[in-house]
Amino acid sequence: MARQWGMVIDLDRCTGCEACVVACHAENNIDTVGEDQAARGRAKHWIRVERYYEGEYPDIKAKFMPVLCQQCAAAPCEPVCPTFASYHTAEGLNGQIYNRCIGTRYCANACPYTVRFFNWFNPVWDEPLNLQFNPDVSIRSVGMMEKCTFCVQRIKAAEIQAEAEKRPLKDGEFAPACVQTCAPKAMVFGDLNDPTSEVARLARSNRATKLLEETGARPQVTYLKRGSWNGAENAENA
Amino acid sequence: MQKTPEQINEDLLRPLQGTGNVYRVVLAFFVCVVIVAGYAFGHQIDNGIGVAGIRRPVFWGFYITNFVFWIGLSHAGTLISAILRLCNATWRRPVTRCAEVITVFALSIGAAFPVIHLGRPWVAFWLFPYPSERGIWPNIRSPLLWDFFAINTYLMGSVTFLLLPMIPDFALVRDRAVGFRKKIYSALSLGWSGTPKQWHRLETAMHIMAIAVIPVAVSVHSIVSWDFAMAPVPMWHSTIFAPYFVCGAIFSGIAALIIAMALLRKFLHLEEYLLPIHFENLGKLLLVMSLLWVYFVASERLTAWYGNEPAEMTVFWLTQRGSFSPLFWTMVFCNFILPFPILAIKKLRTITGCVIASIGVVIGMWLERFLIIVPSLSRKYLPYSWATSAYRPTWVEITITAGTFAAMVMLYMLFSKFIPIISVWELKAGQHPVAAEEYARFADGQTRLADELERSEAGAE
Repeated sequence: MARQWGMVIDLDRCTGCEACVVACHAENNIDTVGEDQAARGRAKHWIRVERYYEGEYPDIKAKFMPVLCQQCAAAPCEPVCPTFASYHTAEGLNGQIYNRCIGTRYCANACPYTVRFFNWFNPVWDEPLNLQFNPDVSIRSVGMMEKCTFCVQRIKAAEIQAEAEKRPLKDGEFAPACVQTCAPKAMVFGDLNDPTSEVARLARSNRATKLLEETGARPQVTYLKRGSWNGAENAENA
Repeated sequence: MQKTPEQINEDLLRPLQGTGNVYRVVLAFFVCVVIVAGYAFGHQIDNGIGVAGIRRPVFWGFYITNFVFWIGLSHAGTLISAILRLCNATWRRPVTRCAEVITVFALSIGAAFPVIHLGRPWVAFWLFPYPSERGIWPNIRSPLLWDFFAINTYLMGSVTFLLLPMIPDFALVRDRAVGFRKKIYSALSLGWSGTPKQWHRLETAMHIMAIAVIPVAVSVHSIVSWDFAMAPVPMWHSTIFAPYFVCGAIFSGIAALIIAMALLRKFLHLEEYLLPIHFENLGKLLLVMSLLWVYFVASERLTAWYGNEPAEMTVFWLTQRGSFSPLFWTMVFCNFILPFPILAIKKLRTITGCVIASIGVVIGMWLERFLIIVPSLSRKYLPYSWATSAYRPTWVEITITAGTFAAMVMLYMLFSKFIPIISVWELKAGQHPVAAEEYARFADGQTRLADELERSEAGAE
């Protein structure tokens, strides 16, 4: 069976440190757009840590939720692209072909998670970030849509390596930059179609939930979270 | 108030025979606005689409609003004139061509916006299903591609529909023109000599086109609505959108037609051709569409409110009571509260009254499109990604928007100088006994043919 890449994010472990955001920027050559553009809401973070507050001041609690492309199985972003720039790969990723994108931005509107980012201008980097490009990732020019790829360059590198050594790909052999960087180990990446993989095991947890599942996009990122102890059903799941 | 054919020729061909200084100055002004808009578009290509005000998550703004608005206006013509032709509404005769011209120009302008709004407009041709050496075909599942085909079909259909009844008029101009102009109009009139055979063919062709163009027009705005309705975005994902958009399109189309006719009447001195009755009848149509529009808005709002779905309610209250509410209530005022009494009360349904109501409707319908697009995108599901800084258009978007209005006026002014804006032969056919007789004989022939068919079918049974 073909692989289905997926991720599990344990919200009970996430500390909101945003190291994943920095790692993603470094790995994927994401430009920093600059202060003025960021103020216009044009900052690009393929992964972001959403922060919500619970309670009234001073009894306030911050909740963190890293959100990245959910690599949906029935992704609303894919059918709307008129040029096939947004398409589904054989391994269950929502691919984005940068140089096929003409910039209708329809996919970004259709995405319920708002995880697609547009190049409003040609990219610019604050010095010295312009000296640390990742040679495995192409730079996107003005007018193209971009988004989280689950670090497809790392997936491909690991697959090619395993094939060269004539061995199957091992679970946990490699990880996307965000997963690799996560200090509290809140994120796990792997093949959901392999029932023995850690990601598949965690996705079966009774703490598992999916984001905006009601939109019917069938996201491949699973969030783990304790119940709120408000009812018997939640208590059972704890 | 019967006019002789000579008088009609004289009156309707006058604009073609000379231009005044006022005309030149006004035309020059609008050409300048179009040039400035062209500069703004060039600036956008040079620096990146970021010079426009659109931002994440409001990825669509003024450009798509204008796109829907102009495509909507284009329903003025072909659809209305086709329906009036098929209903044999005799009062239509001086109105049809003004209407069809609006369609062709508004559609061309509207079709430009999806290209203007692209991040990379220089590769817009990838939407064409051309044989690519890379074997890549456009994605037929995308509503944008449906748009591409629908708009092109409608454009071709309405150009044909506009050109067909122009042939006898081209011949008329040809017969009076000299020199270079004679050559051009000869070519355009396709050897028209006014034989009965030619008249029959013209009538048949127009009858076929009038029937064919109606479903095409309906499909165009349905598909435009599906650009929104197919995406799982709060307040977009609605089954009512297709008829709602078609209704809105015809609504704004009639309003545009009334404004254009009033301007033509004044500036081309067509007071004896575009009569108060024409405005009154179109005013009645506008009244019906206004009521229909309110019905659709009420159905859409009521079901959303009753359903009480959290993501939809966020957008609902944003437009109803939140930061977009001044625009929302302006829209309701312009589209209903203002035009309804004017058009419903017979005394107020004058030319001035109809024009005031129509200006309201055009403004209101532009706002309607804006209010469908921007609030939904500003409040999409996850609150963390709601628009932190509100969408504001920049000078680039405003200039390009102004430029398209100027382009519409410019094209209309040029058209009225080269082609009689009122169909001369159709007007005569309504007044001239010979032409009317000719038409009656043709219509009679059609009836007899139908009778024969019916009889032969009955015989077969």
